Amino acid sequence: MAKAQDEIRQGAVEASLPDTPPPASAAVDALPAEIVSDSLASYLRTRAARIRSGDSGALPVLLGLVVIAVAFQIWTQGLFLSPGNLVNLFIESMVFMTLGMAEIFVLLLGEIDLAAGYVLAVGAGIAAILVQKPGFDWPWWLAIIVALVCCGLTGAVWGTLVSRLHLPSFVVTLAGLLIMWGVMLVILGNAGAVSIASPILVNQHVLYEIVNGNIPPLAGWVVLALVVVLFGGVLWARDAGRRRRGLVAPPPGLTAIKIALFALSGIVVVLICDANRGSATSVVDGVPWVVPIVFIVLLLWVMLLQRTQFGRYVYAIGGNSDAARRAGISLAKVRTWAFVLCSVTAGFAGILYLSWQGGTSTNVNGGQYVLYGVAAAVIGGTSLFGGRGKIAQAVIGGLVIGAIYNGLYLQGVQVQWQLIATGSVLVAAVLIDTVSRRGTLSGSSTRI
Amino acid sequence: MSSDLGDGPLAQSTGLELGATAVAGSGTALLQMRGVDKHFGPVQALYQVDLDLPSGQVTALCGDNGAGKSVLTRCIAGIHQPDRGEILWEGKPVHITGPRAASELGIEVVYQDLALADNLDIVQNMFLGRERVRRGLLDEDSMERSAAETLASLRVTTVRSIRQPVASLSGGQRQAVAVAKAVMWNSKLVLLDEPTAALGVVQTRMVLDLVKTLKDHGLGVMLITHNLNDIFEVADRLAILHLGRKVAEGPASEFDRQSVVEYMTTGRSER
Ligand SMILES: Nc1ncnc2c1ncn2[C@@H]1O[C@H](COP(=O)(O)OP(=O)(O)O)[C@@H](O)[C@H]1O
Ligand SMILES: [Mg+2]
Repeated sequence: MAKAQDEIRQGAVEASLPDTPPPASAAVDALPAEIVSDSLASYLRTRAARIRSGDSGALPVLLGLVVIAVAFQIWTQGLFLSPGNLVNLFIESMVFMTLGMAEIFVLLLGEIDLAAGYVLAVGAGIAAILVQKPGFDWPWWLAIIVALVCCGLTGAVWGTLVSRLHLPSFVVTLAGLLIMWGVMLVILGNAGAVSIASPILVNQHVLYEIVNGNIPPLAGWVVLALVVVLFGGVLWARDAGRRRRGLVAPPPGLTAIKIALFALSGIVVVLICDANRGSATSVVDGVPWVVPIVFIVLLLWVMLLQRTQFGRYVYAIGGNSDAARRAGISLAKVRTWAFVLCSVTAGFAGILYLSWQGGTSTNVNGGQYVLYGVAAAVIGGTSLFGGRGKIAQAVIGGLVIGAIYNGLYLQGVQVQWQLIATGSVLVAAVLIDTVSRRGTLSGSSTRI
Repeated sequence: MSSDLGDGPLAQSTGLELGATAVAGSGTALLQMRGVDKHFGPVQALYQVDLDLPSGQVTALCGDNGAGKSVLTRCIAGIHQPDRGEILWEGKPVHITGPRAASELGIEVVYQDLALADNLDIVQNMFLGRERVRRGLLDEDSMERSAAETLASLRVTTVRSIRQPVASLSGGQRQAVAVAKAVMWNSKLVLLDEPTAALGVVQTRMVLDLVKTLKDHGLGVMLITHNLNDIFEVADRLAILHLGRKVAEGPASEFDRQSVVEYMTTGRSER
């Protein structure tokens, strides 16, 4: 018995990671660097080895973002990275980010929601009419809630058709796209447009200010400081606690770097937003309200997907739906809720759109928006095949889409080239996803 | 002595009466099948099968492809309902209506395809569907600790970290995780479907040692396998199916390689 144990130990050494040079075996590549390393230095070494062997994580998309920024900066002769334009870019990106988050719920299951773009349009339309139409004149918060509930109901319809009747989500939501397009036209009626830009009517004004209003610079710094202290404190306490109790945790240096990076990006955003982007006489500065609002939504959805049973089941179903079924998970329920959450989030993107534009009209191109949303998720690194992806990836993907959209627009490039550029980036992202997935697949087939 | 009166006609005709001596020591077996029939349309998958699965012992279930091993496993797991016959659990007749009912009794199955989600880590897989929740959020710390304890008690020490995704594990390690997942829940009987079929030598050793550990913990184990080495390495008892009938059952010491092969291929043995 003891001898057998020894044999196993030996086998284990062969099969697991030797301390000497990082091997190219798929089994080891699949280990997160945080787990392999117990100090920051070894983490960085593992990471570097990973990148050399082709598994580069978020690096390509970050590099891509830098390349896009530099290229546009040169092309627009310095206009692109000016504070005023960057704030515009943030604001434009917020809609893409939010739609990207929406899509991630269903992409994680290996499904897709093509209706989300026109759900956005319907959400915007409902909220606009409820606050604006004489005779309605609803409070802004009630209008938002009702719009989100209506959007959620449409998601429940797609979800039920997909999960209970086993129809393909592509077809169901393609039909949904057409239906919601029609519904939007019905809601907006003959006028075809609703404006909520009235500065005197409080409920319209609040909606308008979500994107167009700014947090006073001083308040912006205070909020940022609070958020960083809170986020940093929670993260540090959690990792330190896990290290103390002997549970798996990243090395302290890595936790510190994460917190520092978070603080740094916050500071950069606030600095950019606090620069005067108006004129000398009429100052415009401060962080737009939409930035912390989208951050809160992001936080909520991260908690939901990473820290609750529902989130765990979404990943499990995306990874191996048979395993999930045998574990007693109700696939239909989880799938339906994922579609509901996708549509609610898309509806929320609609509220942001409404606020940003100061109104909505029948010109909203929901078909294009939904593709931008999917693109944001996939460019960020979410897999179309299910099981792999994180909500936060929509943020970076949304920024990429926003940057292309904004840069080409600044340059006066016509819309057809914007479409072609965005489409090309999407193809590149899907290509990366597919190739890296094939990498893991071939890895698993060589596994003993 | 256990009552083993309902032996299949074929088993009797071959003159083999080993089942009655099979239960070591303490009275009735943990699980007993008595005269179980199962058919799918015209296909008779199980015919009058009797089987004892005692605790603290490894019973190997062998048979050629299509012999009915998987159907028998699914009957015990509650996925199929027997058409006729009964299943006794700790001596009492039970109707195992589904996988949930089986786990409630203490029966866990490790299927051949393992049913692990590659994108989740070891802890997440081990607790899949039975997560611990505190104040609405997953209690990762407590789950991680319990998972580590279970793996340690099974002497599964080769995994680098229990937070690594299952995709990064070797075949033997995956099997170990699947077994650990099964025995985590106070299970009394574990059914393993061909656990070594796809494994190399070292990995197979690891899994067989794991099976012995389960036995040492007092669990009943049913091991479905084709592999004669595995059978004679870990099995205390043997049951052989041939075309849906149980053709032999008894202590492993009463068989040798040749007789097992004969039972598996022809349903009878000259010895
Ligand atoms: N769900 C089913 N429907 C119809 N026939 C089945 C089903 N499951 C198994 N069978 C049949 O029952 C017989 C035994 O199959 P099985 O138990 O899978 O054999 P094995 O011993 O190789 O695991 C085979 O003839 C198979 O075709
Ligand atoms: Mg089988």
